[in-house]
Amino acid sequence: MKKQEIIENIKVRSGKDMLDFNDRSERRVYITIKKEILPKIARYLFNDVRARFSIASGVDTRKAIEILYHFSVDEIGLIVSLRVILDKSNLEVDSLTSIMKCAEWIEREIHELLGVNFKGHPNPKHLLLKDDWPEGNYPLRRDR
Amino acid sequence: MAERKIIPIGPYHPLQEEPEFFRLHVDGETVADIDIEIGYNLRLIEKISESKSYDQVTFLIERICGICSTSHPFAYTNAIDDLLKVTVPERALYIRSIIGELERIHSHLLWLGLAGHFLGYNTVWMWAWRYREPVLDIFEKISGNRNHYAMFKPGGVRRDMHEEDFPWIKKTLKALIPKLDMFKGAVMDDPVIRARTEGIGVLTKQDVHDYAAVGPTARASGVAIDVRKDDPCGAYDKVEWKLITQEGGDVFAKAVVRILEMYESVNIILQCLDKMPKGPIDLNIKDMPVGEGIGRYEAPRGEVFHYIMSDGGNSPARHKVRAPSFMNIASNKKAVIGHTISDATIILAAVDPCYCCTERMAVVDYKSGKKLMDGQDLIRLSQEKTAKMLK
Amino acid sequence: MTREDKMSLKLKALTKSIWVYHLCVGGSCNNCDIEILDLLTPRYDVERFGIMLVGSIKHADAILVTGSLSLKAVDRVKRIYEQASKPCVVIAIGACACGQGIFAKGPVTPNPVDSLLPINIYIPGCPPKPEAMIMGIVKLIKKLTGKKC
Repeated sequence: MKKQEIIENIKVRSGKDMLDFNDRSERRVYITIKKEILPKIARYLFNDVRARFSIASGVDTRKAIEILYHFSVDEIGLIVSLRVILDKSNLEVDSLTSIMKCAEWIEREIHELLGVNFKGHPNPKHLLLKDDWPEGNYPLRRDR
Repeated sequence: MAERKIIPIGPYHPLQEEPEFFRLHVDGETVADIDIEIGYNLRLIEKISESKSYDQVTFLIERICGICSTSHPFAYTNAIDDLLKVTVPERALYIRSIIGELERIHSHLLWLGLAGHFLGYNTVWMWAWRYREPVLDIFEKISGNRNHYAMFKPGGVRRDMHEEDFPWIKKTLKALIPKLDMFKGAVMDDPVIRARTEGIGVLTKQDVHDYAAVGPTARASGVAIDVRKDDPCGAYDKVEWKLITQEGGDVFAKAVVRILEMYESVNIILQCLDKMPKGPIDLNIKDMPVGEGIGRYEAPRGEVFHYIMSDGGNSPARHKVRAPSFMNIASNKKAVIGHTISDATIILAAVDPCYCCTERMAVVDYKSGKKLMDGQDLIRLSQEKTAKMLK
Repeated sequence: MTREDKMSLKLKALTKSIWVYHLCVGGSCNNCDIEILDLLTPRYDVERFGIMLVGSIKHADAILVTGSLSLKAVDRVKRIYEQASKPCVVIAIGACACGQGIFAKGPVTPNPVDSLLPINIYIPGCPPKPEAMIMGIVKLIKKLTGKKC
């Protein structure tokens, strides 16, 4: 699939729920979407485009918590990064595990390092930190 | 070629209440389920990275994994190049690729040795690791250290290579080819190795997609993905080389992919040594603007992914690191279920996980949860199966 | 004979053929572990010196420790050391085991392994070359047998 085609299809499916679009370079695109349509766009990229889910990265930008979902379209070397911005008062987003099994581990990691709740995750226990790590202590947060 | 002597290796622990890395639930002789627990080697490098300068980060992330030590700096410097939208000097691109490919050779030989050990072929282990030594000697000649070469730097490479070393490097690599032929013959022509690895631990193309597997684990199932071809960096688009895939998806296919990739690596290095232009090796980057960058590299195990967010300061504001084993190890959930426990070790090792982690295995009864055996027992079972086949 | 004399006699007896147990305490890149295994391979072949790697802590004369001690590993390390039959020398290999190296005072590696185990000899390096490890073990043997290092 061509890059333009993929971007057009995402724009059509997002409609007014696409908040920002950054065509940074030939092989890097960053698209900010509302968290409500995340499963829809992830489903499009994973099932229709057959993109590979590279990883997700969460960051505490002090104003909010951003999660970037990086999808790699290997045939053209393109990475489409879907950005979801979560308000610190409501750190919840739908889990993508029902769409792609490969999201299970990284959602557990973001949960324990940043405190984001992934609704519907089948196994939300600790991935990396030891089990008796203090509750509420999220190592990658910056609010202290 | 098999030895009777079994050399136990690794950190074993005979106690019951251990957080094992791999916990196999067995129903009789068959694996019914697997629990995977990681985090044993957690150092929160992503957090430490935020307190180091961009230059210091290369030294830090080299030490994420000892075996693919250079892949992380390679991906990280690619992320910096992506953020800054620059290309480092051409000589630096060639040097980067040479170091990357040398690492691939030594890593695949290391894996070959461990796989040989798990199957009971300790001679394969000794010989594979013996022929790793000349590769480590080349590293020592170029960088001063056998491992953790500290060659990468944002903006280029830290050290130059010297043309007077090239003839010796070429000679050492060419002397490796007959040894690779020997390993290829040993693996592909040995009926017992084929019986132990063919049809075992199969991942289909759909499995590879579902678990987002990368590297030889994916290429062994016919999925032709390789960061060096898809998202070229270094000098990979300046030299001729083949992408190696197999169709079987089993442990045998994974072994064949790794062996054939070593030939391609030698090929790439020899071309790079010939084509390397003279010139600067460093862009001398002074400032990092606000922005974000993604860099990746094809480590011996698969795609290494680095994401950098910069706020204009001296240290990364966020540095996300994703090693290939993070995706590949999860695929064991599919690969090992339904197989016997004597095959479990080689299946788990086939994705080439971090060595220390593979050692920490346990087998529990599916119904009662009682612990039946540990990693040492599993390895011994695997070696015994081969010994029986050889009779 | 005092208890100390008896202890040092036992230690001296160990130095004929040392059986070593490899213990990785987590929080490391495993490079030192690979280099330790390298000692068994044909180029270095430490088995000709009588140095053998054993699979059970109960058979060990010496423990080779690597890693910067991650929190997840602390309980296990304590239990394993308690199971070792004393006297047992502890050899810290690599920058991580010597003082945590680049992971010093990290978020999940707050203390180095010598805050937990008594170390008899430190072999620094990242990773130390196999030659350096052999030299370290030889120095330890000389010290234990009272010879000049």
